[in-house]
Amino acid sequence: MSTSEGYSAKDEVGQVRTRRTWLQRTWIELKKAPPTAWMGMIVISVYLLVALFAPIIAPYGEAEITPIPYAPWGGDHFFGTDQIGRDILSRLIFGARNTIGIALATTFLAFLIGGGFALMAAISRGWVDQVLSRFVDILMAIPSLIFALMLLSIFGSNVISLICIIAVLDSTRVFRLTRAVAMNVVVMEYVEAAKLRGEGLGWIMRREILPNIMPPLVAEFGLRFCFVFLTIAALSFLGVGIQPPTADWGSMVRENASLIQFAQFDLKAGITPLLPAAAIAILTIAVNFVVDWFLMKTSGLRDEH
Amino acid sequence: MSTDNKEVLLDIKNMVIDGFSDEKWHEIIKGVDLTLHKGEVLGLIGESGAGKSTLGLAAMAFARPGCRLTSGEIWFDGVDLMKQSEAEKQKLRGARIAYVAQSAAAAFNPAHTLMEQTIEAGVRHGLVSAEEAREDAKKLFASMDLPDPNNIGDRFPHQVSGGQLQRAMTAMAMASRPDLIIFDEPTTALDVTTQVNVLAAMRSAVEQFGTAAIYITHDLAVVAQMADRIKVLRYGNEVEEADTQTMLTSPKEEYTKSLWSVRSIEKEGKTADDKILEIKGITAAYGKVPVLKDVSIAVSRGKTVSIVGESGSGKSTTARVITGLLPQLEGEVLFNGEPLPPKLKDRSRDQLQRVQMIYQSADTAMNPRQTVGEIIGRPVEFYTGKRGKAAHQRVKELLEMIELDESFLDRLPGELSGGQKQRICIARALAADPELIICDEVTSALDQIVQEGILKLLMNLQEELGVSYVFITHDIATVRAISDEVVVMYQGEVVEQGPKEAIFQPPHPAYTELLLASVPEMEIGWLEKTLSTLGEKRAAMG
Repeated sequence: MSTSEGYSAKDEVGQVRTRRTWLQRTWIELKKAPPTAWMGMIVISVYLLVALFAPIIAPYGEAEITPIPYAPWGGDHFFGTDQIGRDILSRLIFGARNTIGIALATTFLAFLIGGGFALMAAISRGWVDQVLSRFVDILMAIPSLIFALMLLSIFGSNVISLICIIAVLDSTRVFRLTRAVAMNVVVMEYVEAAKLRGEGLGWIMRREILPNIMPPLVAEFGLRFCFVFLTIAALSFLGVGIQPPTADWGSMVRENASLIQFAQFDLKAGITPLLPAAAIAILTIAVNFVVDWFLMKTSGLRDEH
Repeated sequence: MSTDNKEVLLDIKNMVIDGFSDEKWHEIIKGVDLTLHKGEVLGLIGESGAGKSTLGLAAMAFARPGCRLTSGEIWFDGVDLMKQSEAEKQKLRGARIAYVAQSAAAAFNPAHTLMEQTIEAGVRHGLVSAEEAREDAKKLFASMDLPDPNNIGDRFPHQVSGGQLQRAMTAMAMASRPDLIIFDEPTTALDVTTQVNVLAAMRSAVEQFGTAAIYITHDLAVVAQMADRIKVLRYGNEVEEADTQTMLTSPKEEYTKSLWSVRSIEKEGKTADDKILEIKGITAAYGKVPVLKDVSIAVSRGKTVSIVGESGSGKSTTARVITGLLPQLEGEVLFNGEPLPPKLKDRSRDQLQRVQMIYQSADTAMNPRQTVGEIIGRPVEFYTGKRGKAAHQRVKELLEMIELDESFLDRLPGELSGGQKQRICIARALAADPELIICDEVTSALDQIVQEGILKLLMNLQEELGVSYVFITHDIATVRAISDEVVVMYQGEVVEQGPKEAIFQPPHPAYTELLLASVPEMEIGWLEKTLSTLGEKRAAMG
C-alpha cells in the first residue's frame, strides 16, 4: 500500500533531546543557579568541612578545660572561654559536628518513617490510609515542642531518644507531604499496570512511585532539616537536648547567656553567646536558599527565558 | 464559496516561530504564509507537532510559554500585530479575535458561572454593559442550541455536559462579535454523537455572524464540514493549500494523499466457537452508582472483539472488571472456561500473566523514570523468570516484533514519539506471553498515519502469535478496520453484538443507527444532510 511506504516506526522523531550524563546535567543546572543558591551551597560546604575535620581544625579538645574561665577574646583563646574555661571556638567547631550530625540522622529517620508509611497509605488507600492519616492528625494536634519535652523527660535525654522522639514527631509532616504527592502518582496508569502485573507493595513504592516524587521530597528534606536543627537547638537551650560535656550550639547559647549583660563593659563578651546562635541562623538561611532554588527549578514556576 | 472578491482580514507573512527545548531555541514554524478573508473558514490540518496550534495562536500574535514569535508579519485588518505593544494586542484579543480551546472543561474556570465567563471579555473591553451582555449571551446560548438558554448561564462548568460546555465556549467567543475566531480542535474530546451537534452549532454561528475562522484539527472529515479552504502543515512547513473541494478530490502532494487514504485497512471478520473469554451477566458499580447492567460478552480465541460506545457507556468499566480492578457485584468472568476470581489480589500470577492491558495514553502508562529496557524487561523477568542474557535476548526480540531495535533500550519514554511509546506499551504486554490483550482506546491519541501503523502491527501480531484482543474504542473507522466481532454498548448495557458484517448491515437498533450516522464522512455537505435525519434517529431512541 502506498500510504505506509517509507513509514517506519524507528524513524519517527521523538522529543529532540541530547543525552547527557548526570554530571553534565547537574553542571548545567548549577550554572543557571542564582547567587543566593551559590552562597547557600558554599556556606553548607564550609559547615560540612568544619564538621568533618573538627578534630584537626579545633585548637583545643571538645571538653578540654583550661585554667581561666570567662577568658576574654584574643590571646590563646580566639573567642575566649566559657564558664568552666573551655575554648569557645573549639566548642563551636565541635558543635557543628554534633548538632548537624544529630539533625541529619533525625531527618533521615523522620523521612524513613513518614515517607514509608505515607507511600503505604497512598498505595493501599482504604482503611490503611484512614488509620494512618487519622493517627498522624492526632499527633499533629499536640504542640510538638511541649510533646517533645514531655517525652524526653519520660525517656531521658540521651542522644538516641532525642533522635527517635524528634524523628517521630517530625515524620508526621513528612507523611502529609509524601502522601499528597504520592496520591498524584498512584493514579497513574503505570502504577495500575504494575498492580495488574501482580507486583508487591515494595516494588511499587520503590520503583514506580519514589523516583517520580523525589524533587518535592528532596526540597522537603532541606526544610525539615532546618526545623529539626532548630528544634534540637531549642531543646538543648531548655536543657533537655544534647547533654554536656558534648558541645552543642543550643546549649552553648544557654551556658553563656548571662554574658550578654556584660555587653556594656565589653562588647565582645556580650557577643559571645550570640556566636552559636549566629552559627544556627546562618546554616538555616543557607539551607533555605538552596531549597528555594531547588523548589523553583523543579516546580516549573520559573520563567523559561 | 468564492473568496476572491472579499476583503483580506488576516495576512500572515513568512512567519517563523521558535520553541525552547533542550537548552536551545528550535524553529517550529518555518516561514509559513496564511491569508484569511472576511467571513471565510480556513481549516488547518496536520499531525501533532506540525505546528497547527502554534500557528493558530500566532494569528492573535500570541506565543505559548516556551515559544517566541521570531520573525514575520501578522497583518490583522491593516495593522501589523508584530509591531504592536502588548497592551494594543491585548485590546484585540477577546474583542476582535477570540479563541475556542480544545478542552472546554479545562479552559473554563470552575469557580465562576458560565454567564460570568461568557460576558467577561466584552465587559472588560468596555464594549457593552454587563446587563446588555447578559441579554445577548442568552440569545447566543439559544442559537447554540443549549437547553434552557435563559438559565443555563447560572450554572457552573461542572454542572453541564462536555458538549454543552464546548458550545458555551463558542458562545463566549461569539459574545463580542469578533472578526476572527480560532477553533483549536474544539470537538476532539467529544463523542461522535455529541460532536455532530457542536459542529452544527459552530457552523451556524460562524455563518450567522459572518465571522472568519481558523479551524485547527487533525480530523479530515470534520474539517471537510467546517472549512472553505484547507491548509496542510507538516513539521512547521506548509505542504499545500486549496479550497476544500479540490483538496478532498484531488490533493497534489504525496503527503496529503497519504493522509486522505489512511483508513484503508480491510479485514474479513471471522468468528470461532472456541471462546477464550466469556463474561456472563456482569453487574458492576462504582460505590452506589451502577455502571454495568447484566453485560455478557464472549471473545473467540485468536480473534478481535471491539467494544464501541460513547464515554460513560461502560466500555472501560468492562475492561476493569475483566482485569479484576473492579470486582463485579454479580455474574462471572470465565477465562478458558474457568472462572477468574473477581478480585485482583485473589488471582494467581499465572492468571494475571494471561490477560494483559494496553492503555489509551502511553504517556501515563509508562513510568517516565524507567528506560525502555526496564519497562519491557520487568514483565519478562517477573513472569518468565528469565534473567541476565536470556532476559536481554527476549527484550531484543520483543523490540524487533514491534519494529524497533536495540538502540531504544536505554531511552526514557520522554524521548520517544507518540507512536513509539504506544509500541513500547504493546511490547510490555507481549512480554508476558499473554493469551488475551485488552486494548483500551490505544490509537485514539495518535495521528492517523501512526494509528494505521499500530493497527497493522496489532493485526500482524495476532496472526503470528494467535493472541486475542478486546478492543475498546469510540472510533467506528477503527472498528471497521480490525474487528471480527463488535459489541455496541450504551449506558452500561449491551445494545447489540455479533460478527462485524452483521453489525454494520442494516437494520440497526436505534442507538447503533445514531452512532453510525454521527460519524463524519469526508464529503462536503455531509453535516447538513445528516442533521436533518439525526433528529428522527434521536427521537427513535426515546
